[in-house]
Amino acid sequence: MIKPKLHAYKKPAKVSEYPSTVAFQGGHLVSMNSGWRTFKPVVNKETCVNCLRCYLICPDGVISKTEDNKVQIDYDFCKGCGVCAHECKPNAIEMIKDGGEA
Amino acid sequence: MEQKRVFVSGNEAVALGVRLSRPHVVSAYPITPQTIVVERLSDFVEDQSLKAEFLHVESEHSAMAAAMGVSAVGARAFTATSSQGLLHMAECVHYASGGRFPIVMMNANRSVAVPWSIYGDQRDSLGLLDSGWIQVYVEDAQEALDMTIQAYRIAEDDRVMTPYMVNLDGFVLTHTYEPVFLPDQGAVDAYLPPFKTTNKMDLDTPRSLCFSTTPEDNMEFKYIQHKALLNSVNVIEEVDKSFGDAFGRYYGGMTDSYMTDDADVAIVTLGSVAGTVRTVIDEMREEGHKVGMLKIRYMRPFPEKEMIELAKNTPVLGVLEKNISFGYEGTVYTNVNSAFTNMENAPKTFNFVAGFGGRDISKDDVRDMFMELIENKKDAKRVQFIGMGCELDV
Amino acid sequence: MNSMSNERITARNMTDNEYFYGHKACAGCGASVAVRLALKVLGERAYSVLPANCMSAVSFIYPQMAFSTNAMIAPFPATGAMLSGVAAGLKALGIEDTHAVGFAGDGGTADIGFQALSGAIDRGDKIIYICYDNEAYMNTGIQKSGLTPYGTKTTTSPAGENLPGSIRHKKNMFEIVAAHGIDYAATASIGYPQDFLNKMQKAKENPGTSYIHIYASCPTGWGTPTHTSIEVAKEAVDTGLWYLAEFEDGDFKLNRNPKEFADVGSYLKKQGRFKHLKDKDIDVIIENRDRQWARMRKRWL
Repeated sequence: MIKPKLHAYKKPAKVSEYPSTVAFQGGHLVSMNSGWRTFKPVVNKETCVNCLRCYLICPDGVISKTEDNKVQIDYDFCKGCGVCAHECKPNAIEMIKDGGEA
Repeated sequence: MEQKRVFVSGNEAVALGVRLSRPHVVSAYPITPQTIVVERLSDFVEDQSLKAEFLHVESEHSAMAAAMGVSAVGARAFTATSSQGLLHMAECVHYASGGRFPIVMMNANRSVAVPWSIYGDQRDSLGLLDSGWIQVYVEDAQEALDMTIQAYRIAEDDRVMTPYMVNLDGFVLTHTYEPVFLPDQGAVDAYLPPFKTTNKMDLDTPRSLCFSTTPEDNMEFKYIQHKALLNSVNVIEEVDKSFGDAFGRYYGGMTDSYMTDDADVAIVTLGSVAGTVRTVIDEMREEGHKVGMLKIRYMRPFPEKEMIELAKNTPVLGVLEKNISFGYEGTVYTNVNSAFTNMENAPKTFNFVAGFGGRDISKDDVRDMFMELIENKKDAKRVQFIGMGCELDV
Repeated sequence: MNSMSNERITARNMTDNEYFYGHKACAGCGASVAVRLALKVLGERAYSVLPANCMSAVSFIYPQMAFSTNAMIAPFPATGAMLSGVAAGLKALGIEDTHAVGFAGDGGTADIGFQALSGAIDRGDKIIYICYDNEAYMNTGIQKSGLTPYGTKTTTSPAGENLPGSIRHKKNMFEIVAAHGIDYAATASIGYPQDFLNKMQKAKENPGTSYIHIYASCPTGWGTPTHTSIEVAKEAVDTGLWYLAEFEDGDFKLNRNPKEFADVGSYLKKQGRFKHLKDKDIDVIIENRDRQWARMRKRWL
């Protein structure tokens, strides 16, 4: 699956290790967004009807489809905005207090 | 291979050079005195002698932005402008060099408003010396044609990857007709390979271009850019030599000197006025004056080495330019003097500011400048306005 | 150009790939919904151009690159022109089946980017220009733009004793673009995501020039809670303050013509940027809406 991924990044020790022009590989991530949130969404797989509305409107695209026709959340990049919980019609997503753990 | 001889204007010579260089896209906006370049190119696209897309952009800022879009997908771009147009696109000029896009742009050197003037001087491009572009100033139509081809080979070299500005004096060069040798397309194809780069958006290797940096990284990217420009001196000299081998015309690399070996005084100048200076040198040499000229071809990168060489043997120099940095002195003069900063016996230098807004620089004016240098009076002004039409009582 | 030739793209059948991910946009950012969904439709052969704006500012910070497909930043006024260059370059190189797509904000479209957009449409370049409209210059700290509606509190149009915030109505970008005779233009909202996907698909299949103007809420700039971003963008359409329409084959079409509009006052008052509005200000807003709808209903139905 094509998706920007986390890479271990070490700041160059030599200028020759920098990109030679202002162009860099796409989809290269070095930091997560998990530390942003106060609340995190939790999906109740029983209540979820697989309408995929949360998947559709997540501003960060962190909700993905599972093999068992439900959804899952990438907590590395979820900012805890709560749009998914608010838009879920069967109320299958609950925002619970999160310690902001990485 | 024998080169066909044609009788063309400076602008037409540029258009011919561009066609020979096979750009993929031409995006340009008309402005006097550049218009003939884009008009001829649109003719060549119409008659299919130039297989390129012609974008009728709606401003110069868009012309350069479009050229960057072209370059950013790995295609060869050309644009042309002058004066107000060059300054309108100034943000994009910096953007292109920072983005390391090897775009070639012809600039018709023209005065900058206010007052409005469609006539030539060099204030437009000299005001953008810091932007990171390679800048060459050509003397005649042949050099204009030839440098357009050299431009792509230098700019696209992966040691350079820097955009390149070809400057022609407005009207005196852009619109003057001269006989010019036209290289054969096959010979140019052999000399100028297709554009290949990794500095592009690519379906096989998706990239992010023209990104932002935090204070942690900005200086490093700029250092890399600066080094590339310094290193381009070697490429400039290599390419000029190989052009000479391929087409029989070698221009001297960073500078071109005329009778400087034994000169007591010399004028340092750039652009088409060099032709006038050559003629005056010949006349004054007949009279026994040991005068010479160093023509600056490239203002960026700067011919520091050649300047110091000249200064070692020539104790009095005059820098003739169609420009002033208001409130101080001419920019070319500043650049020349800077080369002498750490010399033990730096030459005495004068700045001759002339030719604004199409003011003619006559042979007599040049003769007067040489005499000024020869006489080298203690109370002579360091910065002198030449060719004024009235007494300077203010 | 008629309706889509292929099966419509939905949440169920769209690609699993994520082309815009890991960016630093605010939690609940409406614009990022638009960018993400647009790229889901366009796929790997998209070449994105973004001027200086929130979306570029949050996704191209060396060494964090949030676009997994090709993307570049344009100078602020130049989205339309850089797109033209990308499209022309790809065409000249013989690289086919690509999509040069731009994502510019309301300021980068209606104000500083207007000229370049106009030129690109005039040339008929094969580009997709998406204006994500959050109704102010958000990236620089919520200043008034040409698409800021009447009565909005922004940092350059404060509301106080003497002024109700901004005093001009939105520039009508959709109709201005249509007046160029563009091949395809549409308005959309992140509050109606399937409608947006349908319109993106039309743009994808259009061999000419496309413009989509998508209403994208901004919790930071609008003073709304992060979880209501989709809801408030839907409500904007339901109140008639925004509309869903298309311009296709030279004709306007209203996609949604509500029998009754949702309450404007309650829509406005739940947003920090409109809390100060007095009844007379709300009347101005409603009157302007009614005037626009009378004209649209007369000519577009």
